[in-house]
Amino acid sequence: MYETTYHRAGSVADAASMMASAEDGKYLGGGQTLLPTMKQRLAAPTDLIDLAKIVDLHGISEAGGAVVIGAATTHAEVASSAVINSKLPGLATLAGGIGDPAVRHKGTIGGSIANNDPAADYPSALVALGATVKTNKRELAAEDFFTGMFETALEDDEIVTSVSFPVPAKSAYSKYPNPASRYAMAGVFVAKGADDSVKVAVTGAGQDGVFRVGEMESALSSNWSPEAVAGISVSSDNLLSDIHGSAAYRANLVTVMAKRAVAAAG
Amino acid sequence: MGVQGIGARALRKEDKRFITGKGRYTDDMVLPRMTYAAFVRSPHAHAKIKGIDASAALAMPGVEAVLTGEQLVGDGIGNLICGWMIHSKDGSPMNMGAWRALEPETVRFVGQAVAVVIADTQGQARDAADAVVVDYEELPAVVDMSAAMAPGAPQLHPEAPGNVIYDWEIGDEAATNAAFDSAAHVTRLDITNNRLVPNPMEPRAALADYDTAEEHYTLYTTSQNPHVARLVLSAFYNVAPEHKLRVIAPDVGGGFGSKIFIYPEEIVALWASKRVGRPVKWVSDRTEAFLTDAHGRDHKTEAELALDANNKITGFRVKTVANLGAYMSLFSSSVPTYLYATLLSGQYDIPNIHCNVKTVYTNTTPVDAYRGAGRPEATFLVERIIETAAREVGMSPAEFRRKNFIQAFPHQTPVIMCYDAGDYNATLDAALKAIDYDGFPARKSEAASRGKLRGLGLSCYIEACGIAPSAAVGSLGAGVGLWESAEVRVNPVGTIEVLTGSHSHGQGHETTFAQLISERFGVDTDAVSIVHGDTDKVQFGMGTYGSRSGAVGMSAIVKALDKVEAKAKKIAAHLMEASEGDIQIEGGELKVAGTDKKLSFTEVALAAYTAHNLPEGMEPGLKEGAFYDPSNFTFPAGTYACEVEVDPDTGKTEIVNFVAADDFGKVINPMIVEGQVHGGLTQGIGQALLENAAYDENGQLVTASYMDYAMPRADDVPSYNLLTTETICPGNPLGMKGCGEAGAIGSPPAVINAITDAIGNNHLSMPATAEKVWLAAQPGLSQAAE
Repeated sequence: MYETTYHRAGSVADAASMMASAEDGKYLGGGQTLLPTMKQRLAAPTDLIDLAKIVDLHGISEAGGAVVIGAATTHAEVASSAVINSKLPGLATLAGGIGDPAVRHKGTIGGSIANNDPAADYPSALVALGATVKTNKRELAAEDFFTGMFETALEDDEIVTSVSFPVPAKSAYSKYPNPASRYAMAGVFVAKGADDSVKVAVTGAGQDGVFRVGEMESALSSNWSPEAVAGISVSSDNLLSDIHGSAAYRANLVTVMAKRAVAAAG
Repeated sequence: MGVQGIGARALRKEDKRFITGKGRYTDDMVLPRMTYAAFVRSPHAHAKIKGIDASAALAMPGVEAVLTGEQLVGDGIGNLICGWMIHSKDGSPMNMGAWRALEPETVRFVGQAVAVVIADTQGQARDAADAVVVDYEELPAVVDMSAAMAPGAPQLHPEAPGNVIYDWEIGDEAATNAAFDSAAHVTRLDITNNRLVPNPMEPRAALADYDTAEEHYTLYTTSQNPHVARLVLSAFYNVAPEHKLRVIAPDVGGGFGSKIFIYPEEIVALWASKRVGRPVKWVSDRTEAFLTDAHGRDHKTEAELALDANNKITGFRVKTVANLGAYMSLFSSSVPTYLYATLLSGQYDIPNIHCNVKTVYTNTTPVDAYRGAGRPEATFLVERIIETAAREVGMSPAEFRRKNFIQAFPHQTPVIMCYDAGDYNATLDAALKAIDYDGFPARKSEAASRGKLRGLGLSCYIEACGIAPSAAVGSLGAGVGLWESAEVRVNPVGTIEVLTGSHSHGQGHETTFAQLISERFGVDTDAVSIVHGDTDKVQFGMGTYGSRSGAVGMSAIVKALDKVEAKAKKIAAHLMEASEGDIQIEGGELKVAGTDKKLSFTEVALAAYTAHNLPEGMEPGLKEGAFYDPSNFTFPAGTYACEVEVDPDTGKTEIVNFVAADDFGKVINPMIVEGQVHGGLTQGIGQALLENAAYDENGQLVTASYMDYAMPRADDVPSYNLLTTETICPGNPLGMKGCGEAGAIGSPPAVINAITDAIGNNHLSMPATAEKVWLAAQPGLSQAAE
C-alpha cells in the first residue's frame, strides 16, 4: 500500500469538505474492495475519507410503503434485519450471501453500489425493486444510477446517503457464485411490485454490469412460475467470459437462477 | 497432560500458542537496525535485460542499497542447484540451465527477481522497487509443454535444446510391448494433471543477520529442512561456510513441500545483509507467493492398459510430459521420475510396466514437490485408467480392482519398488461397507427423482513414504542422504529434551514425539520438550517432507531412546544391586522384577548427573544420540470411496459422502492422523474440483490471487468418514508408514471417478469445474469438457 492520509468524517457535510480539500481523495465505506485494491498498489488515493462512522448514514427504517437503508449499513445488518426479512426477503437473502462473514460485517450497501462491480449482488436488487438512491445532492432511480461496469452516475465528491426500496409483493434472489471469489457468476433478482409489475435484474453475467431481462418480465407478468422463465435464455453476446465460465455457460446460469429465484419467491 | 502413550488422542501441546496468537514466525522476529528487502520482479515471461537504472530509487528516502544480478555474480554467489541428477535413456545427464538468485541477463518467468531494494522500512523498500527502471527487450514466450517441444518454439536455455531437460524411461519396454501385442483388451486414456499453487497459510519469509565481527550469518527462514538449507547455502551458493551460518526455522505455518527448497530470496537476504552491514528482512506477499513459490503437478500423459481374456492386467504403457517451468527447482527432477513412475504399479499385480517421461522448460514458475510429489500424479493415472478399464469390460470397479490386487508380500513391482506389507482387500472391504456400496443403485434412483445425477467413484491408492534408504536414493541420483537424526537429553531432574532433525510446520511433532517418550518411560508428556528447527541446537537433520517424520524421524528417536533406556537400566541395577536384565520400566519408575524395589525415573536421572555412585567406568550424564537410515520406503495404502451428486442444470458437484479407509501401519495419535487426512483430502478435492494455475499465452499467471485461484473452503467438502486398518510396517521399529500425503494422493481420482460415473461420460479433466461438468453431462458436448 502506498502512503495515504486517513480522515474520519463526523457528518456528510464534514466528509464533503474533507474531499474538497484533498488532492486525490477517496471515500471509504466498509473498505472491502478499496483497501485490498490499495494493498495491491492498484489504487493510491492521497486521502481516505471514512464515511462508516457517520451516524446519519446508519440504520434501516420503514415508512410510506418503502424501506430505507442508510448507506453505511453493513450487509450483516441488512441480512439480519427483521424489517428486511419480513418486507424484502429477497434482499435479506442477497445480503446474507455476500462474501464471507468478515466482509458482511464491514462491507456497506453504499460502498457496494458506489463501486458497481459487475459481479456485485446489490445492483440487481436495486434495479429489480425499482429503488431510489439518495445522495447528498439528489435522488436517482437505480437504473439511472448504474451506468456501466464500475461506473455510476455519482460525481467525484458525491456521497450516497441512503437507498429507498418500495416494498414489493414478492421478491427473491438466486446466485451462482464464482468458486474462487464468491462474487456472482450470475445472480438474478426477481420482484413483483405492489402494483403487480415484474422486474428481473441480472448481475455477474453482463459486460456492462446489471441488466434487465424483458422477455422474462413479460412471461412472469402473465404467469408467475418457474416454468414461465425456464425456456427463456438471454443472448450470450454481451455476457462476460473468463476462466471461470464462458458467456454461454453464464447465459445458462441466468435462466437457471431466474427459475430458482421465482421458485423461492413463491 | 499426563502420561499419554502410543495410540492416545492427546490434544496438541503446540495449539495453545497457535490459537492464542503466540506463535513465533519469521516475520515476528525483529532485530536492531533491521532493514527490509523488496524485490524488483520481471513483468514479462521472457525478456532480455538491456539495462537497469536504479538512480531514482537510490535517491528515495530510507534506501540503503539497490543490488542487481551483476553484483551478485561478481561477489561469487553460486547458481541455484537441482539436487537430484537424472540421466536420459541415452545415458546423457539432464540439461540444466543456469538459475541465478538475481538474473542479470534474461528473465524467463513473470515474477523472476532481477534486483532488490534494501531500505529502512518495508514501505520505502517497495516504493523504491517501483522506481527501479529495468529496460527489457521482450522475447517470445512459451507456456504450454507440448508447444515448448515443437520445432520453432522459443528456446529458454542454451543447455536444453528443444527445451527438453531429459528423456527418461523406466521398465522393460520390449516385454511391455509384447504384453500389448497379446492383449485381449486395451484401455486408453489421456490424462492432464493440473498445475497447482501450494498456498501455505504463512507466506515465505527470511531474516538474515550478518555479524561483521564474527563473520557469521544467522538466517531465520520458513524452511521445512533448515539443515539442508544451511548445507546448500554453504556448499553451493558460497554464502558462508557451515560453521559460520546458523539457520533457524521457527514456527512455520504450513509448507506442503514448497518450503523444502532454497529460493533466491533467502540467498539474496544473506548476501545483502553482508553488503549493507545490517539485518535484512523479506516477507513474501501473497502475490509473490503465487508467482514464486514452486508450483506442483502439471503433467500430460498418454496411457494404455493391457488386459487378458480374464480381465487380468498384463501390461501398462505410459508416456508422460512434465512441465518443470523456467528453471529446475531443488528436487524438481526427481518428482516426475523416481517419485512418480515407481508407483505406477499401484496396488496391482502388473507384470509389465514401461514409462517414458520427458520434462520440459516453459516460461512459467518452476515446478517442484507439492504434497504427494509424483505419487498423486501416479495414483490419478492408475486409478482413472483402472476405473475406465473396469467400465469398458463391464465389471464392477470394486471387483476389477480386487481381481488384480497384489495378494502376497513382499511384492517386487517391475518399477523398482518392493512393497513390504499391506492388505488391500481389508481397506477395500472397509470402504465398501462404510459407503454401502451395494445400496448405491437405490440412492442413485432416489437422487434421479430429485433431478440429481448421483455417482460413486473408488480410488485404491498406494504411496511410498519415509523417503528412504540413503544408499538407494543415492544410486538413483539423489545428492543427499535421507536418514534422520535425534538426540535424547534427560535432565538431572528427569525432564527430557528431544532434539530432532525433523521439522514441524503443522504436523504436531511436539505432541506425537512426546507421546513416544511418555510411552517408553511412563513420564508426563509435559515433562518432555521437542527441540527442532535450529542448526545451532540440533546437530543435523534432513527435515520434514514425504511423510517421513514418523517412519524416519521417530525411528531415530527410538534408537536414541534405546540407548538412554539401556544406560538408565544399568544405573538402576547398580543402585538397587540387581541384575540389569531384571529392571523393568513402568509408570515412570525403574523396578526390579519380582520385588518391591524401585527407583523413580527422576532418581535415576539425578544419579546419572551427581555421578556419586555409578557403575565402574560409566561416564556421567544421561544423553544419547542416534542416526537412523531406513531399509526401505514405507507403503501406506488405502481405498477412498466418493459419492457425488451433480446438478445437471449448473454442473455443480456436491460431494455427499467421502469414505477414507487408510492403512498407515501403527498410529501414534489418531486425532492428529485424522487432521492430516482431513487436510490432505481437502487439498485433493481442491485439485479435483477447484484449483488450477492458469497462464495466458503470454505467460501471465491469470490465477495470481484468491479472486481467481479457487481454494477449497469448508462448505466445498463433506464431513469425512475416516477408517483405518492396520498392517505393521516391518521396516521400522514402530511399524509406522506415514499419513501426511495420503489424502491428497488418493482423493482426486475418487472424485473424478464419481463424477464421470454420475454423468455417464468419462471425458473430464481436473479441475472438474461446474462449467466442464455441465458440458460433459450434455450429450454431444462431451469433448468440450476435456
